[in-house]
Amino acid sequence: MYPGPSGAGLALEASGLTKTVDSPSGPLTILADVDLGVRAGETVAIVGPSGAGKSTLLALLAGLDTPTRGRVAIAGTDLGRLDEDGRAALRGRQVGFVFQSFQLIPSLTALENVMLPLELAGDPNARVAATAALTEVGLGARLAHYPRQLSGGEQQRVAIARAFVTRPPLLFADEPTGNLDGATGRRIAQLLFERNRAAGSTLVLVTHDRELAARCDRIVALDAGRVAG
Amino acid sequence: MKPLPMLRFALRGLWRELRSGEALVLFGALAVAVASMTAVGFFASRVSAGVAREATQVLAADLRIDSANPIPAGELAPARNDRLRRAEEISFPTALFHGDRSQLVAVNAVTPGYPLRGRVRVAAVPYGPAGAIATIPARGTVWLDSRTATALGLRPGASVRLGATRLRFTRVLAFRPDQSVGLVSLAPALLMNAADLPATALVQPGSRVTYAALFAGPPAAVAAVRAYLRAHPDPALRVREAAENSRELGSAIERASRFLNLASLAAVLLAAVGVAMSARRWAGRRIDGVALMKCLGATQRFVLGVALAELGAIGALALLAGTLAGAIAESGIAWLLRSLIERDLPAASARPIAVAAATELAMLLGFALPPLMPLKRTPPLRVLRRDVAPPRLRHGVAPGLALAALFAILWLMVRDTALVVDLAAGIAVVGAALAAAGFALVRLTRRFRGGVGVAWRYGLANVSRRGIASVLQVVAFGLGLMILLLLAVVRGDLMREWRASVGARAPNEFLINIRPQDAPALRRALAALGAPDAPMVPVIRARITAIDARPVASLHFASARGRAFAQREQNLTWSADPMPDNRVIAGRWWGPADYGKPWVSISTEYRDAMHLKLGDSISFDVAGEPLTVRVASIRRVRWDSFRPNFFLVFPPRLLDGAAGTLITSVYLGPRARPGLAELARRFPTITVIDVDAILAQVRTIIDRASLAVQYVSLFTLAAGVIVLLAAVQATRDERRHESAILRTLGASRFTVLSGVAAEFAALGLLSGLLGAAGAAGTGWWVAHHLFALRYAPDPKLWWLGILGGTGLVGVSGTLAARRVVGTPPAQSLRAEA
Ligand SMILES: Nc1ncnc2c1ncn2[C@@H]1O[C@H](COP(=O)(O)OP(=O)(O)OP(=O)(O)O)[C@@H](O)[C@H]1O
Ligand SMILES: [Mg+2]
Repeated sequence: MYPGPSGAGLALEASGLTKTVDSPSGPLTILADVDLGVRAGETVAIVGPSGAGKSTLLALLAGLDTPTRGRVAIAGTDLGRLDEDGRAALRGRQVGFVFQSFQLIPSLTALENVMLPLELAGDPNARVAATAALTEVGLGARLAHYPRQLSGGEQQRVAIARAFVTRPPLLFADEPTGNLDGATGRRIAQLLFERNRAAGSTLVLVTHDRELAARCDRIVALDAGRVAG
Repeated sequence: MKPLPMLRFALRGLWRELRSGEALVLFGALAVAVASMTAVGFFASRVSAGVAREATQVLAADLRIDSANPIPAGELAPARNDRLRRAEEISFPTALFHGDRSQLVAVNAVTPGYPLRGRVRVAAVPYGPAGAIATIPARGTVWLDSRTATALGLRPGASVRLGATRLRFTRVLAFRPDQSVGLVSLAPALLMNAADLPATALVQPGSRVTYAALFAGPPAAVAAVRAYLRAHPDPALRVREAAENSRELGSAIERASRFLNLASLAAVLLAAVGVAMSARRWAGRRIDGVALMKCLGATQRFVLGVALAELGAIGALALLAGTLAGAIAESGIAWLLRSLIERDLPAASARPIAVAAATELAMLLGFALPPLMPLKRTPPLRVLRRDVAPPRLRHGVAPGLALAALFAILWLMVRDTALVVDLAAGIAVVGAALAAAGFALVRLTRRFRGGVGVAWRYGLANVSRRGIASVLQVVAFGLGLMILLLLAVVRGDLMREWRASVGARAPNEFLINIRPQDAPALRRALAALGAPDAPMVPVIRARITAIDARPVASLHFASARGRAFAQREQNLTWSADPMPDNRVIAGRWWGPADYGKPWVSISTEYRDAMHLKLGDSISFDVAGEPLTVRVASIRRVRWDSFRPNFFLVFPPRLLDGAAGTLITSVYLGPRARPGLAELARRFPTITVIDVDAILAQVRTIIDRASLAVQYVSLFTLAAGVIVLLAAVQATRDERRHESAILRTLGASRFTVLSGVAAEFAALGLLSGLLGAAGAAGTGWWVAHHLFALRYAPDPKLWWLGILGGTGLVGVSGTLAARRVVGTPPAQSLRAEA
């Protein structure tokens, strides 16, 4: 189903990924021995019941958290060899995010939210690029609005614009439609796939939504921290 | 990341930041601290200059040169300056005649301009109401004091004979600023125009005349004269400066500035609590943004750098705004006191700004930095899991930094190492006690919640559930209330106590040179005048010869006072008990078993001027007899009690052989005063010194200090409000969320608000209780150690603390939370997502 661990040209590669946390009733394994390889340009959906470990897997794949065991490589770079700042720098160059809860900074306008990753990367044309990105998601007229002045769907559009504005080869999305009603969710999903196709990015998507998952090239089902057959 | 984009990033966010409540409260706390420090700093520099100017009145000049020979007009020419004013005063004792009666008087012949500092006060009739006058006696006239006028039976307009000339008595001389300078002044006084002096033919070669040249002017010009005199010492000249005069005034001034500094310190410490609370909250609010930025590729250095740059910008703005507010406040103070402050005061220096900036930096490093430092370690995972938070600072780092900052602030403001250690220990003890008591009280609320209504149950449940946060709030509120109570009640008590110590019946006449054999008769005579229990204190004169076997001539003393102590004879006494207005602050007072031992007890002034410590040995020359003693104790003396007091006190029996006199001080009302003339006739050796004028000056200083301290308390109040705001903010999000849930579940706005009110009222009650206890303890300590005053806490303290705490915290907390509770639940819950 996926190339072996040594497969070259993989956008994202994980092997033996295990996460154990301490809980009041002793150590708890929330992710066990997960192997995953994603080819460049591929779209993958991670599905599974609530508490299956989907978000945990996503966090490890994106280097937001460190695994107890196993390794993750993004575009051939082993995250385990990088320190936190190194992983951050790698994310800045290679990775975009869309979250269920939008994660916009409330004190920044839509435009400033989209400019943020560009500015962090030291891009002198941040304003122009961010304006273009917002126009592409249909918010060209809402640049100066603050997140609280935008609807949930509009906030998620801003988040999508922000995710793609750095042209990242790899995109992670955690339940991007989870906080939206059905119709809005479908429109956002449409936009996400559209932008992804236009950018030619690799997409790793966590979702409960069968319909959304079905639009991906491949579905990985997770149950109780393991990849189910 | 380059520093430039980091800075740009931080500055771009700054304006928005300031509009958000957290940064505004942080800014406010810093600005209040700066404003309080600069206002007090500016003001203190002016007041102390004004008060020092007041002290110069005792010389009637800023600087005064006495000589047994005429001082040529050209003297000091090289140091002269156009802005330096000069006047002459020629003094000698002689007899004044009216008909067949005569009276010994001290003649003071002065030139126009006298007095250069202070005012002469005159009355129309003896012992009549006196007023200030701006001229000197016209040619051909004399002003005589009440005693002389009474003794000679003079009415205004009468003619008197002085030497070879006749002069007309026109006014009663009630007060000369320099009447306590020199020995001749102890006799009844006469003031005349120096232009009439040649006609008297009294000043002849060999007569006992003192010539004085008086100088006054801008500080720099006076300093130039002083420097010139130091460079060209002339043994025939005696230079007098204001500082060496009037221990009473010096003591009162020092006390006044202590009050002022403590009041400002209170504001700054309270503001520091506000800084700590708002910075914590400010840092907390940044966590989400930091996690997101790290998720998007920001390095640890970048996120910390942005936070620090913003903090720095807030600090700089607060310094600017605070200094501005401080300057405005200072001119307000100056306006309030316009009648008390003289016109040509030196401009306030910029030094208070530097001190305020340093203090602000200490506050930022000690209280604002600790909550910011962990920010850089915020796990980026937080974007997915709300419950992950930055790791806490290593154990002890935050308290350590806070304590270091506390020390730094105290040192910057107090500049007295021993006092700083005491204060820091006191604050740490109070803080720990408040925390422990707060903890116990918060636990106690858990027990009560079964027996109360739903609103109170919800409120009390919140107090105990928030646990540490509640304890912190109780400590912060308690500290705030304590400081406010200290200022509102304890300050008043202390001020009253101080005022009472120089109250209407404070001794106003000193009688010196009393022969021991005259003491019983004098005591009876004083009792007849209405002063029944005059203390008769022995006085012996001695000169210090050596410290630790090194001759004083070979030692260097930094202060003018030290040099004066080393050169001149000193009055000393012996006593079985310490004087009632003395406190032994180091060493041990002697018991009966120690009588006759070669010990001495010195005052703090003597210790400082002579660089002494406990156990040092001092040698004296007591009327030709050598005496070497060891410093057995050190006393803090309240000179402004106007009772006989001494720098040096010996145990009984040690000085038995030495011949001495007695001294006493009594209060005599206006009607008993004429009796002094009779007393002076009966006991011719006795000299009477009238200290009414100095008493009045001390009272002015107390009133002035009291007013200034009240003014400074306004800053403390502002700081208290900021602490309250910070505390309300600290739980606002949580509160918003809870109230949304409760209201979604069907609770009315009123029920939710009642719960909030109950919570704040409970917090206020607890903090009020703690604050009152803290204020009582601190008040006692401050009174005892810093001011040598008695202090019994006012019962008002307790109910003010409890009612005030409950009301203030309850009402304002509820008001501040009202908006949060009023937010429609849907909006709150949506904002949460
Ligand atoms: N740091 C942690 N400590 C304790 N338990 C954790 C921790 N991180 C995750 N878990 C637990 O691991 C399990 C998997 O969590 P995760 O968030 O990955 O689930 P999920 O599949 O994303 O669920 P959902 O669909 O509800 O978002 C959950 O039961 C969660 O409570
Ligand atoms: Mg999840």
